[in-house]
Amino acid sequence: MSEAVDALTKVGMMVADAISSENSPRASIEAYRRDFDEADKSSSEPQWLRSMRRSAMDTFESGGFPSMKNEDWHFTNIAPVAEHKFQPAKKGAAVSSEALARIEYGQDWHTVVFVNGRLAAPSQGLPAGLTITSLASEIEGDTDLIKRHFSKLATPESGTFTALNAAFAIDGAVIRLAADTVVEKPIHLVFVSDAGAEQAATHPHNLVFAERHSQATIIESFVAVGADVYFTNAVTEVFVADGARLSHYKLQRESQNAFHVGTLQVHQARDSRYESFSFATGAELSRTNVYTTLAGDAAEAVLNGLYMVDGKQHVDHQTRIEHVAPNCPSHELYKGILDGRSHGVFNGKVYVHPEAQKTDGKQSNNNLLLSDQARVDTKPQLEIFADDVKCTHGATVGRLDETALFYMRSRGIGTSQARRLLTYAFAADVLEKLELEPLKEALEAQVLERFTS
Amino acid sequence: MLEIRNLHANIGDKEILRGIDLSVQAGEIHAVMGPNGSGKSTLAQVLAGHPAYEVTQGTVLYDGRNLLEMDPEVRAQEGIFLAFQYPIEIPGVTNAYFLRSAYNEIRKAKGMPELDPLEFLDLMEEKTKIVEMDQAMMNRSVNTGFSGGEKKRNEILQMAVLEPRLAILDETDSGLDIDALKVVANGVNALRRPDNATIVVTHYQRLLNYIIPDRVHVLAHGRIVKSGGKELALELEERGYDWIPGAAA
Amino acid sequence: MSSAIESLVNKEYAYGFVTDVETDSIGRGLSEDVIRLISSKKNEPAFMLEWRLKAYRRWLTMKEPHWGNLHYEPIDYQNIIYYSAPKSVKPLQSLDEVDPELLRAYEKLGISLNEQKKLAGVAVDAIFDSVSVGTTMKEELSKYGIVFCSFGEAVQNHPELVERYLGTVVPHSDNFYAALNAAVFSDGSFCYVPKGVKCPMELSTYFRINSADTGQFERTLIIADEGASVSYLEGCTAPRRDTNQLHAAVVELIALDNASVKYSTVQNWYAGDSEGKGGIFNFVTKRGKCAGVNSKISWTQVETGSAITWKYPSVILQGDNSTGEFYSVAVVNNHQQADTGTKMIHIGKNTKSNIVSKGISAGHGNNSYRGQVKILPRATNARNYTQCDSMLIGNQCGAHTFPYIEVQNNTATLEHEASTSKIGEDQIFYCKQRGLSAEHAVSMIVSGFCREVFQNLPMEFAVEAQQLLGITLEGSVG
Repeated sequence: MSEAVDALTKVGMMVADAISSENSPRASIEAYRRDFDEADKSSSEPQWLRSMRRSAMDTFESGGFPSMKNEDWHFTNIAPVAEHKFQPAKKGAAVSSEALARIEYGQDWHTVVFVNGRLAAPSQGLPAGLTITSLASEIEGDTDLIKRHFSKLATPESGTFTALNAAFAIDGAVIRLAADTVVEKPIHLVFVSDAGAEQAATHPHNLVFAERHSQATIIESFVAVGADVYFTNAVTEVFVADGARLSHYKLQRESQNAFHVGTLQVHQARDSRYESFSFATGAELSRTNVYTTLAGDAAEAVLNGLYMVDGKQHVDHQTRIEHVAPNCPSHELYKGILDGRSHGVFNGKVYVHPEAQKTDGKQSNNNLLLSDQARVDTKPQLEIFADDVKCTHGATVGRLDETALFYMRSRGIGTSQARRLLTYAFAADVLEKLELEPLKEALEAQVLERFTS
Repeated sequence: MLEIRNLHANIGDKEILRGIDLSVQAGEIHAVMGPNGSGKSTLAQVLAGHPAYEVTQGTVLYDGRNLLEMDPEVRAQEGIFLAFQYPIEIPGVTNAYFLRSAYNEIRKAKGMPELDPLEFLDLMEEKTKIVEMDQAMMNRSVNTGFSGGEKKRNEILQMAVLEPRLAILDETDSGLDIDALKVVANGVNALRRPDNATIVVTHYQRLLNYIIPDRVHVLAHGRIVKSGGKELALELEERGYDWIPGAAA
Repeated sequence: MSSAIESLVNKEYAYGFVTDVETDSIGRGLSEDVIRLISSKKNEPAFMLEWRLKAYRRWLTMKEPHWGNLHYEPIDYQNIIYYSAPKSVKPLQSLDEVDPELLRAYEKLGISLNEQKKLAGVAVDAIFDSVSVGTTMKEELSKYGIVFCSFGEAVQNHPELVERYLGTVVPHSDNFYAALNAAVFSDGSFCYVPKGVKCPMELSTYFRINSADTGQFERTLIIADEGASVSYLEGCTAPRRDTNQLHAAVVELIALDNASVKYSTVQNWYAGDSEGKGGIFNFVTKRGKCAGVNSKISWTQVETGSAITWKYPSVILQGDNSTGEFYSVAVVNNHQQADTGTKMIHIGKNTKSNIVSKGISAGHGNNSYRGQVKILPRATNARNYTQCDSMLIGNQCGAHTFPYIEVQNNTATLEHEASTSKIGEDQIFYCKQRGLSAEHAVSMIVSGFCREVFQNLPMEFAVEAQQLLGITLEGSVG
């Protein structure tokens, strides 16, 4: 009896140890709580938002960080983020036009710059039918739009990081496309982390409303200009109305020692088309969630991605396509190139509800391992509850074809050049799907460059 | 050319069409609009002879003959073409083979000689231009792996090849971006002749900016509740359907 | 689904006739005495009898497998006749001695055994009930050193080859049906292609079950020696009877260094009537061994018959750089059940396997694909591609997929694609709306679906298979 009590006490002490330890998830959650309470005390935000944030904070605090036992996090150990104490970010400096040109690949786009999570430079000269405001100004104005839509798609209940974002998000872009508006130039949202974001966390939160029959291309770029170790926890909520068409490209080019978690949650009405492309090459650990719900008849979703990492980088993509309405096609192609001791994860789910007859779902994930230590875990999943559907899924993990390498060498092409070309060829078909020509060329160049060494 | 009188049709026990009257003359374009579930697509399917629908009352005369007695393939051979709202995929069967089979069946029915693959290739070269389609599409399986826009374009290509007398476009505009919409509309306009007619079924007024209808009909609860000229479509876009007697939900 | 699709009309099975020939049968049931009797009737050397008895004793300790997705009344193994042969078949000097009644039976099946009327470029071994009744083109083949004869003749004339290879791919103890086959098999085809010889024509075996209540247990052994290649076809039919008949065959293929064997089957055993009465129970073990480097074994099957099909043509990829292929179309209609697929066992380095399976289910049919891909630790750079498509016609039928993947070497590349689709009113209506008839539409849709597999059939069979598919599915749509 007494032995048992002893053992229990020991366990209790171990738990207490863990709590008091400087680098435990518990300690960092407590720090987030302190930061939150402080901000809440001095908050002048509308009452509805404050109570929503409090409940999001509670959800985050009680749920804690996910462990690898959680099916959605089975291959990604989030401990480096969970055990890190990130500060609130300091105000950033202005981004030089040279730095911006590099980020934009020299293109002239409708650009909005956020530095350390706050709006730094709004876009000028927008065409009729397009408005871009900031989340902060919408909150300040307590607009109906924000009240109805903020954190309504990507709810705090849906996951640790959306809860954390809902509790802390102070700024981001709010994009509105009026009905029948066709915006020719891409809209570029740039999220820069500078020295003021070092050892800090930012929580950008964007909202996109594409009204009926509107068409636009949106690019989100995540980059570092002077920051090294920091944490970006972004959420973008997208509403695509009847017949609207949106291309949405996310370029995750954070610093090699940064942490990035991004959630993209989309709602599609009838006849809409939503195309997403996730390009991930930065961060020590990154996780990108791309979720879309095909809620209206004949809505179409295209989710593509390319991840390209090396060293000890860890890159994780999780996609979910919910086929709720009938007659919807969804196509998904993710490709990964992994070098060094990097680790790639792909977890894609296509969920076909009973009413979603005539669904046409296609999903594939191909990976190229360039080294013996690189590793990939891929899990394409289909869950089908309708009986008249066509769904295919496939996954591959492969290496550079030795015979092709030999063939090229026998024609006088050096090993490194041959490897580069074959790597580029592997990525070519997914890049080919990018409709934005300058972006396609820029990313192709980046793929060629990356593996030059 | 087409005379629909008091047409009633069911799917299962549910009555969808409840007395449609519509008359279409050669050379005309008619637009059929209406809220969700009004029976627009059903009307298109019934005219093409979809077996899931049962006609319970009424008559449809096509060039003075009883259309409802004809099998779907006979209707097709007689010049009725339906551009499907959701074009069907047939894996493993190339677009070229499919279309040539259809084309030759229709020629056979007219007592005309069939085209061999080479002759047909020449025909395709000409027709693919109308819908700005790459000829390589002809060697892909019918609609398999096509994007939404490609499928709709493929429907118009089939229409261009089969040269129907009465074309029925069932929401061919849905899911198209503005450029594809123009291509489709241009295709339809290019195929317009004094001796053929088109019925455009659409959910959105947008298409009618590019295909100008002679008549616009509002379908609600299985009946045509209002007909008018092309300006009616604009009015619908602005005011919705609820102001029309009989159209309110 | 509409009544149109539900109104399944069963096309008459064209091969359901019975041929009247005198047979030499033994009594029902199985015992060591029966096995001794079969062996002595076949005038076999001692090693054969011993092997049979070993198999029989092993069989007695084995249980009938029930892991397949199949449902049927228990089989009474003591109520089966294990040997039946046309009486006239004694040692034949030439085909002219074959009972004319038998020749007529094969004529009716569209198989000409008459050398003068031989199928262009195809050598045929005809198996009637359990016994080979004649092999064509033997002389022509012997010029190349190719042995193509009945299994019985091979035991008499080439015992050393038989002893060396028999049971090396499918051992006598492999599984319940294979053990039963080893104990009682009465005949089958044998083929040996010597070193460096490319067999100049298609070889073919035509299996026919005729007698009532007999089980058919044939055994086929094909060996392609170093650098040799051969393409082999197999066809099967049986009379229409309302009791079930058992067919438990074994096929062993061996490809040595740089050799290749292509084995194609069009299986059209009697499938039972539209109520599910009668039909063949087809429990077959087919396996090939890529024993040598750069060797290749390819299975192509079109399965349209049998009440029950239990069959997994497999390849053991032992030699480095060897290739295994499996292309299958399995069709079930009425109350047919099929549980079929393949096993690809990767042992050697750089081994490749390719699986394309197309299942079509109509009526109340149930179709299961069961496939295993196993990459063993030594098999570096192994590759597998699996494509598995199911098509449903009507809504009373079922399609099931059971893939098993086991990877013990992380340099492997595996790719898997699967789809399920329904051929329904909409697809047919689309074709009809473009002016095509329902029959034209169905045959177009089905052959489009099966395209990748038909492309792998030898020309003569591709046409037959396509027609067969049309017949099996006739009336199931539209």
